[in-house]
Amino acid sequence: MHDRVIVRRGAYYDSVTLMLVSRNAGALEGAEAVAVGMATPLNLELIESQGFDLHGAGELGPNDLLLAVRARDDAAADGVVAAIDAELSARSAGSGGAVEERPPRSIVSAARRHPELSVAFLSVPGHHVAYEAARALDAGLHVFCFSDGVSLEDEAELKRRALELGVLFMGADCGTAIIDGVALGFANAVRRGPVGIVGASGTGIQEVTCLLDAAGVGISHAIGVGGRDLSAQVGGAMTRRGLELLGADAGTEAIVAISKPPDPEVADEIAVVAARAGKPVVLAFLGFGDPPATPPGVEYATTLEAAAARGAELLGHSLPDFEARLPRPPTRGCVRGLYSGGTLCKEAMSIVSGGVGRIASNIPLQPDWLLADIRQTTGHAFIDFGEDELTEGRPHPMIDNTLRIEHLLQDAADTQVTVILLDVVLGYGAHPDPAADLGPAVSEAVAARENLNVIVALCGTDGDPQGLERQRAALLEAGAAVTRSNAHAARMALQAAAVKEASGVRS
Amino acid sequence: MSEADSQLLLARPIDVANIGVDLFADELEHQRVHVSRVDWRPPAEDTEDALGRLALQAADIARANDLALERIEDAKPLLVGVGVAGQLLPGMSERTLLHAGPPITWPDMSGPLRGAIIGAALYEGLATDPDDAERQARAGAFEFSPCHERGAVGPMAGVVSASMPMCIVENETHGNRAYCTFNEGLGKVLRYGANDAEVLDRLAWIRDVLARVFARALERLGSPIDLRSMTAQALQMGDEGHNRNRAGTSLLLRELLPVLLELDEPSSDVVAAARFIAGNDHFYLNLTMPAAKASADAAAGVERSSIVVAMARNGTEFGIRLSGTGGRWFTGPSGMIDGLYLPGYGPEDANRDIGDSTITETVGLGGFAMAASPAIVRFVGGRAEDALEATRAMYDISWGESRSYQIPALGFRGTPVGIDCREVVHTGLLPFVNTGIAHREPGVGQIGAGLVEPPMEAFVKGVRALAECV
Repeated sequence: MHDRVIVRRGAYYDSVTLMLVSRNAGALEGAEAVAVGMATPLNLELIESQGFDLHGAGELGPNDLLLAVRARDDAAADGVVAAIDAELSARSAGSGGAVEERPPRSIVSAARRHPELSVAFLSVPGHHVAYEAARALDAGLHVFCFSDGVSLEDEAELKRRALELGVLFMGADCGTAIIDGVALGFANAVRRGPVGIVGASGTGIQEVTCLLDAAGVGISHAIGVGGRDLSAQVGGAMTRRGLELLGADAGTEAIVAISKPPDPEVADEIAVVAARAGKPVVLAFLGFGDPPATPPGVEYATTLEAAAARGAELLGHSLPDFEARLPRPPTRGCVRGLYSGGTLCKEAMSIVSGGVGRIASNIPLQPDWLLADIRQTTGHAFIDFGEDELTEGRPHPMIDNTLRIEHLLQDAADTQVTVILLDVVLGYGAHPDPAADLGPAVSEAVAARENLNVIVALCGTDGDPQGLERQRAALLEAGAAVTRSNAHAARMALQAAAVKEASGVRS
Repeated sequence: MSEADSQLLLARPIDVANIGVDLFADELEHQRVHVSRVDWRPPAEDTEDALGRLALQAADIARANDLALERIEDAKPLLVGVGVAGQLLPGMSERTLLHAGPPITWPDMSGPLRGAIIGAALYEGLATDPDDAERQARAGAFEFSPCHERGAVGPMAGVVSASMPMCIVENETHGNRAYCTFNEGLGKVLRYGANDAEVLDRLAWIRDVLARVFARALERLGSPIDLRSMTAQALQMGDEGHNRNRAGTSLLLRELLPVLLELDEPSSDVVAAARFIAGNDHFYLNLTMPAAKASADAAAGVERSSIVVAMARNGTEFGIRLSGTGGRWFTGPSGMIDGLYLPGYGPEDANRDIGDSTITETVGLGGFAMAASPAIVRFVGGRAEDALEATRAMYDISWGESRSYQIPALGFRGTPVGIDCREVVHTGLLPFVNTGIAHREPGVGQIGAGLVEPPMEAFVKGVRALAECV
């Protein structure tokens, strides 16, 4: 045993530092017992009780630093003392430098740190949303809720609360909004202009804003409200609020409101609110059976394309003629739709169904047309790959095309299929280069089947990060027909399947 | 980007907090929108339902929490005098022994608590020797009850018996009182479970001399000592109000010095009392604690409130109480302290976390005021910046900020106060607790100090219970 007792007179360190130094030194190779402390009576007693002899240390006071080291041998003791000295001098030199502030752990914390905060963007798993959203509303924030999986009851309550607090609750399952020129979620780089949008459908908003952009008409704001806003339970709470906001917005001259089929009573109420907006309103209620009589200044449209066309017309513009040639002659057969956007899927189905009748789907136009298993498709069938069940545990098909490509190749191998319809949605949040993913699969599909037409509805604008022209060229090169209107793509599908387009509404 | 800010749709420019997928934050930043990225993690296990349920009541809970916080903040704890436990505390029989933390029975008590129980029994003359005391304890001859349930708090073992002198703290605003024993100093003391003659002699001296001198001095002061104000000053002098009490003790002694000199008491008693206080850095802790208790108690019983109004450990379990769930305790196992040790001791010697002193963290002191106390930052990583970060983290789980307890290094920002049980579960951030480490054997005393993590389990139980009653 080699004991060392060293006194450093007048060298003050706080007791916590010394305990830390003792602990570190005690863990060194060869160290058996280490006590570094100011020579207070308590410390002296403790050090002596460890068997150190302090008699040779002379007169000691609380301002004297005491190093007591017991080590395996002299060399080890030297090492320990040197390590203690090194650590003490490093500590007195100070650490300096600022610690980077930890990111906030909650919305409330973020709002406290940054009072300018105005919007909470939520994309956490659905069963966590109710709490996050409520706390965001508490903090006075508008909420953009991309997450799905929120119960209708919770959604209704959150929206009621948002109205009470004078903020927007966009969602749940809200894909798109453009506010003050800022694209939230999946949205396109559209020009700013006089048309305001309220939409209970993300891809619906994208399609209408892109078509208007193609017509040379810009967007003031597009407010997403979540797909179930016009259900009986939610009662169109945010659609009403959106109509009011756009009605009061000086930059908005006409309004388009978009929804999947609404609850009929809610639709009537929305029409009344729309009539009070003080500017023309087009209600694009997709697949809405028999539109009721409209108050003055309000009109209905049943496709996204028709809504966009009417919106453009109100501003003295018109949609361009969409020119696209089928690469191959029409062949009578089945149509398959592989969609990433639910509303685009519905719009296409309602057009195609007008010619072919029954279409099996996971989001069927009629309940008994439900496609039970998407791996077992026969006849005319459309799949919405953005449906909740198909996005659980995997990225959205606007970001990841893997599942769609599998189905594309599978459908191409099915000889009863002569038309495959796809949507490709560009813009913020979407895949950075979808044509690079889908192009080779389209090439492979058309190479395998001489009588197969692949038609792409390309939703995007010139300003989108992916480059509209570049995507179009790559998909054309791969052998697809490409059009910027989804409704037009659906009409082409009917033509390609050698089916006459029906003039009437689906049964 | 908007060209005309005067025509913003939502009155304020888009400025986003992103919670979830990073892609969306990236896309917003590409558009040159300011994004705060929230470091979101799933809440503690199986609490989504409870949190979701509470979310729907968020507005009511917010109002309740505002009220509870206001009560903590408005409380004005004054040191009004000294009395005797048996006369002051409700239901104190001769055989009642109070202890720190949530309720506990003899078989579950750890070494220091058992030692202190034995010591108190000897002190009260209820037992002839330690073996006798232990026998009686096992046989159920004593009534055990948490200090907290009798309006008191006690550091470490926190054992209080009928004849012990207690400092009386009155919350002038709300009229409620809280009590605490005198701090005995370091080393071999009852609160660490020591119970030999030296300990009992000191307790007797505290009862017979210190309590009397202290009480006379307070009387002579004329007006009671405002403990909130004194603690606020101590915070600006490097205390955090739990593990460092040197400034508070100095301020107290400074206040008492003139009246001590004027006292018509034997000068040997006055000198002994002054020397005792001056020689004990933690003397003031036993005043900070009842001041905190008097403030937190004022916030108890607000229906729907998710604010924590007590955190306390009995050496075996850590328990909390919420404002909105009445007197119920929610408990989990008491933690082991990650700390630094006095020479000759190590983690193998340590007892589990013990004491009511976490009442300080409950009102925004202790770990929540770490940034005020550079002298003890070594506990949290060694750098002054780490202390700032420790306090900053606590804002994320606190309902508000203290008006009176300010931190110079944070631009005199108030300390985080009013722990929101929901946010603890939601963020996974547990309250920072600074504390002393007791030796696991009774009577050895304090062997170190450090940081301890409360068990998440206690907060999870609290959130679930609150969800059931809103």
